[in-house]
Amino acid sequence: MHTLEFTFVIWISSILAGLIGSLTGLGGGVVIVPLLTLVFGVDIRYAIGASLVSVIATSSSAAAAYVQEGYSNLRVGMFLEIATTIGALTGAFLGLWVSVRFIAVIFGLALLHAAYSAWQDQNQNEASNPDPLATRLKMDSSYPVDGAQKSYHVQNIPGGFLLMLIAGALSGLLGIGSGALKVIAMDRIMKIPFKVSTTTSNFMIGVTAAASVGIYLNRGYIDPGLAMPVMLGVLLGALSGTHLLMKAKTKSLKILFSVVILTLAVEMIFNGIRGTLK
Amino acid sequence: MKTPAHKMDYWIGMILRSGVIVSAVIVLAGGLLYLYRYGALAKGYANFQGEPEHLKDIAGICHSALAFQSRGIIQLGLLILIATPIMRVALSIGIYLKEKDWLYVAVTSLVFGLLLYSLIFVK
Repeated sequence: MHTLEFTFVIWISSILAGLIGSLTGLGGGVVIVPLLTLVFGVDIRYAIGASLVSVIATSSSAAAAYVQEGYSNLRVGMFLEIATTIGALTGAFLGLWVSVRFIAVIFGLALLHAAYSAWQDQNQNEASNPDPLATRLKMDSSYPVDGAQKSYHVQNIPGGFLLMLIAGALSGLLGIGSGALKVIAMDRIMKIPFKVSTTTSNFMIGVTAAASVGIYLNRGYIDPGLAMPVMLGVLLGALSGTHLLMKAKTKSLKILFSVVILTLAVEMIFNGIRGTLK
Repeated sequence: MKTPAHKMDYWIGMILRSGVIVSAVIVLAGGLLYLYRYGALAKGYANFQGEPEHLKDIAGICHSALAFQSRGIIQLGLLILIATPIMRVALSIGIYLKEKDWLYVAVTSLVFGLLLYSLIFVK
């Protein structure tokens, strides 16, 4: 393939990946890495580098809107970023040591988990009592619900911190945002309202990805010719997805895309075990 | 909209949005130049070779972009994108300093240090 054709095909595929990532709420990274490796035969390290870049782009542009609307809990986000950046650095270093087969299998499993958790109900029971540690860290806050401010209490910070270490490590190792795990840490474990959890997760994803992308850049895994169409495509797809979410009935789309993601997950695990990925 | 927290939300949103826009424009410009110059050449990514030295660190990328090399320009755009969340953290340190919220000055400074470490010092 010529560079022009290749770039165009990758760009179109990345738009699709961004669209799927945004409509399922899983982020573009979980689709773009399998797509690049399985369909286009791109070396997985190039794919992870390009994916991390696109993850920063989509999460930053989405976070800009959410933060200004007052949903995200910045203190919770910034405190937990300590865990996700340490995790991301560890994951990126680990990625240089482990085999491609191992990365592929872990990727498939993370994909399965993300697809599964997208269908789970959100946590309903919020805590009524303040937690001493959360109080000392001034994390309790409120968020807008139907025009009024609703307050909430943050719980179990050590538990959330621990899961954020793992989320960060997976992000650095696989080149994904790990949004699903981040939301579970806040929504289920720390009892933070779902809307606050998802927007704060989005806010944290950019910093998490920035922590590992530096290592990939310094090691020569960020190729401009590949990252360019991927970043521009995923960003465009994700932005269109957000607009589509507000207008279209997305239930049937969500089912269709879940099948796509399930297929990609199985393919990644299968190819990882067989050792057919580069 | 006059509380410090709201001000912070506003500026953080501004930094994130403008960082993405500036970076996307530069990447697109570099990308078009790249396709114009090298579009007809064969290209594949099946074998990992690693990038040349001048596309791997900040000094090299800036040098390459200033020399009007298309790949260097794309890389510069990507570097601005990577710097966007880092700038957001730096801004938060400033705002917490102004509020004399020492605990969160420490928290954000630690995150900032980790990010700089990975971008600049890891080889």
